[in-house]
Amino acid sequence: MNDMTPIKTTPKDWETDQEVRWCPGCGDYAILKAVQRTMPEIGGTPENTVFVSGIGCSSRFPYYMETYGFHTIHGRAPAVATGVKLANPDLDVWVISGDGDALSIGGNHTMHMLRRNLDCQFLLFNNEIYGLTKGQYSPTSREGTRSPSTPFGSVDHPTKPCAFALGAGARFVARAIDVSKQLVDVLKSAHAHKGTAFVEIFQNCIVYNADVFAGFTEKANRDHQLWLENGKPMLFAGDTKGIALDVASLSLKVVDVVDGNWEAAGVLVHDVTNRTVAHMLVEMPFGEFPMALGVLYDDPRPTFDSAVFEQNAAVTKGKLPNLQKLISTGQTWTVDS
Amino acid sequence: MATAAHIDAPDNASPLQSSEAVVVRFAGDSGDGMQLTGGQFTLSSALAGNDFATFPDFPAEIRAPLGTLFGVSAFQINFGSSEIETAGDAPDVLVAMNPAALKTNVKDLKPGGLIIADSGEFTARNLAKAEYDANPLEDDSLGKWQLIQFNISQLTLDAVKPFGLGNKEALRCKNMWTLGLSLWMFDRDRQPIIDWLKDKFAKNPVLADANIAALNAGHAYGETAEIGQPGMVAIPQRHVSAAPVEPGLYRTITGADAVAYGLVAGCQLADVKMFFGGYPITPASSILHALSRLKEYGVMTFQAEDEIAAIASAIGASYAGQLGVTSSSGPGIALKTEAIGLAVMTELPLVIVNSQRGGPSTGLPTKTEQSDLYQAVYGRNGDTPLPVIAARSPSDAFDCAIEAVRIATQFMTPVILLTDGYIANAAEPWKVPDMSTYQPFPVTFLDHVPEGGFKPYGRDNKLARPWVKPGTPGLRHRIGGIEKQVDTGHINYSPENHQAMTDLRKNKIDGVANHIPDQDVCLGTTSGKLALVGWGSTYGPIHQAVRRARAKGLDVSHIHLRHIWPMPKNLGELLKSYDTVIVPEMNTGQLKTVLRDQYLVDAKPLNKVSGQPFRIAEIEAAIEEALG
Repeated sequence: MNDMTPIKTTPKDWETDQEVRWCPGCGDYAILKAVQRTMPEIGGTPENTVFVSGIGCSSRFPYYMETYGFHTIHGRAPAVATGVKLANPDLDVWVISGDGDALSIGGNHTMHMLRRNLDCQFLLFNNEIYGLTKGQYSPTSREGTRSPSTPFGSVDHPTKPCAFALGAGARFVARAIDVSKQLVDVLKSAHAHKGTAFVEIFQNCIVYNADVFAGFTEKANRDHQLWLENGKPMLFAGDTKGIALDVASLSLKVVDVVDGNWEAAGVLVHDVTNRTVAHMLVEMPFGEFPMALGVLYDDPRPTFDSAVFEQNAAVTKGKLPNLQKLISTGQTWTVDS
Repeated sequence: MATAAHIDAPDNASPLQSSEAVVVRFAGDSGDGMQLTGGQFTLSSALAGNDFATFPDFPAEIRAPLGTLFGVSAFQINFGSSEIETAGDAPDVLVAMNPAALKTNVKDLKPGGLIIADSGEFTARNLAKAEYDANPLEDDSLGKWQLIQFNISQLTLDAVKPFGLGNKEALRCKNMWTLGLSLWMFDRDRQPIIDWLKDKFAKNPVLADANIAALNAGHAYGETAEIGQPGMVAIPQRHVSAAPVEPGLYRTITGADAVAYGLVAGCQLADVKMFFGGYPITPASSILHALSRLKEYGVMTFQAEDEIAAIASAIGASYAGQLGVTSSSGPGIALKTEAIGLAVMTELPLVIVNSQRGGPSTGLPTKTEQSDLYQAVYGRNGDTPLPVIAARSPSDAFDCAIEAVRIATQFMTPVILLTDGYIANAAEPWKVPDMSTYQPFPVTFLDHVPEGGFKPYGRDNKLARPWVKPGTPGLRHRIGGIEKQVDTGHINYSPENHQAMTDLRKNKIDGVANHIPDQDVCLGTTSGKLALVGWGSTYGPIHQAVRRARAKGLDVSHIHLRHIWPMPKNLGELLKSYDTVIVPEMNTGQLKTVLRDQYLVDAKPLNKVSGQPFRIAEIEAAIEEALG
């Protein structure tokens, strides 16, 4: 059944006949296209691929992928995906979630999926708003967000998805923008990682939170994007600025790079396995710093599913199931006729 | 019958008295090992060929402060030479290891019953903790019972002295001393317990020897005391003959183990692997514990981060082609409710076991109740029908678990299996079934595009939709909690489609009634003056009460439901053939309400919500009042 022979597919093979029901101009369209472009490149087979989602605009995603799909209940996609993967580890499992789904109602499951390190891709569409319920502020909304439920502005502090993920033990953390051309590469890296690959995708909700990411996504603001590449210096703004370590305060700082001489400026070289720097990158306050994008951290360790299967194989080795024997042992006695 | 034996006065205790049935309760501090003592005494009863039923009753606190009233742990066993179906009403013998155990339990003891007390624990400090103003062993407050007291603590210390244990460790052997005495009292063989101790303490032979010495000393004490040395009270010894039972291999089984084995058996009969998602909760955790050791049976267990993840992971596994199972108790089932709705909507097989406990909210975690019937039958948003099955006893839970798997996989539906704290923890003898006599019900996974095209929400003749494993070429499809279009399973919000799908879901579950046995009358006649209708663990007391009433010539019958939803097709007619219907339940009348609703019968409630099972006498009284 699970024919593992790689077959060549095109993005078209990953499209369903279902009418896509997102608002015109929604960033979700771009993400859908990027995922459909990614699948042939990673050699995916539609029938061995499962998309699992929770509730929210993002979670309609599985209906539009010509794969197996499960649109579950609010916040619980990671738990459902865990059951899917443990029942059949051959399946390529993708979890689709949003800021409300993954970090508010489902925060618990997101945390535990990350710490367990289930082998799957976890795409968090962050639009900093509740779209499907018509625009309430979300756990990633910035302080002061005016919404139907916070007419005078929200007063609580937002959470940073990538910082949350690292804190929960994630071994792969990446960031991308819905319309960025790099999204496909980020998704390919996520898929190549064994374990939970956490990808935060800044997604523009044009109806309830339009342009909330414009500060770095607008063409005019591209200088505020720091695209990280493993082994490459952390340069941005047309390589005129870089990220360096302030040794005295043990924190990151922005430095000017003159004549491309980044080494002289002390610019850091990105090492995806450096967890300490990853923590710093996800915490950089935007404005003073650029937005760190791309693969921020990638350092695999054994996955939950592989550990489960290894242990199960070890403890069942040489044991043959014999139910009749099982129920006939313990405190037994025989009554003679 | 579980008629308690007459307790002979100590002065005519010899020679051996013969008794038909005896109820013994061991009570002590939660650290005194009373559950262990009870468990081993149970084994001894089994080996002696007695029929028996047990009732462990322990506090919710793991290590309640020593000597306190709320820290008392008790284990009751009713054993006899004829059929035993309850743990017995009032004990004939109470073994009280400290003042708190005496205080909380003595009121249940039969008048004239025997108290065996460890006088060594009746210190001023322990008496104060048990809120006694005076030592009850020394005044006449226990006058209506027979009292035998001796310093079990000191006798134990003396017995284990040669082994050089510390005082604390030495005193831990007290329960074995007590067990030894109990074995002597009921003319039992010590060897199986000695074997068990050797095995249990295989890594620490000194502890094994000390415990065996304590056991032997307790046994010897019984014999010595019988001789009637001055200052010693003779201890009554009696023999309970073997109960006449069907020949075969027997074992003791708790409800939790029976559920675990039944689920494994069900999955074998269905030819499907099991995925169990669980989250620890009293009194349901023991099912997770039991299954986590059965991996070679194709069982995957997953301790999830919460109750919701436990069921959600099980649903994910069912979607991926294994049978998802989850288990909890009332509060946890409440958390799972939304996900149960998802399983109904996506029409995936799933078994949900509820080991009911006293509620609402956290309620009484270690006490028994059957107040989650409404929750099981009705407790979801929307019109969300699903089959509900209830086990009547620990051994019945085995067959009920198989039945739950059968219905879940044959009808592509979640099924709720109700047990309760009593069934989960209590042990009873179980004639080990011959698995080759069970009819397999293998599942079919759709693995090709059928003629006429693939319809994810197409139906078979039982209205079940096809089960497709992700990974199957040509059958890719998407499911979810949004209303599905008939046949295609696409999202569809149209009025006529929702009507059609709601009807389909209801008709599918109603149709389960065509695939379950007709309701039988387990004792009595199919019509008459009075029927007692029960479900779940009230089986034992109802059955005994009806048996006693019938022996007195009263026209009363016992009907016990396994299928709570849908109900057997003949049940309405059956109930209408009695003048009066009484429904004894450990809740405020939940089955009663369902029966009234379904059949317009004037079912009368008989309710108890004290956290304790019904007493036979309570039900007998209700029968006599109804027929009086």
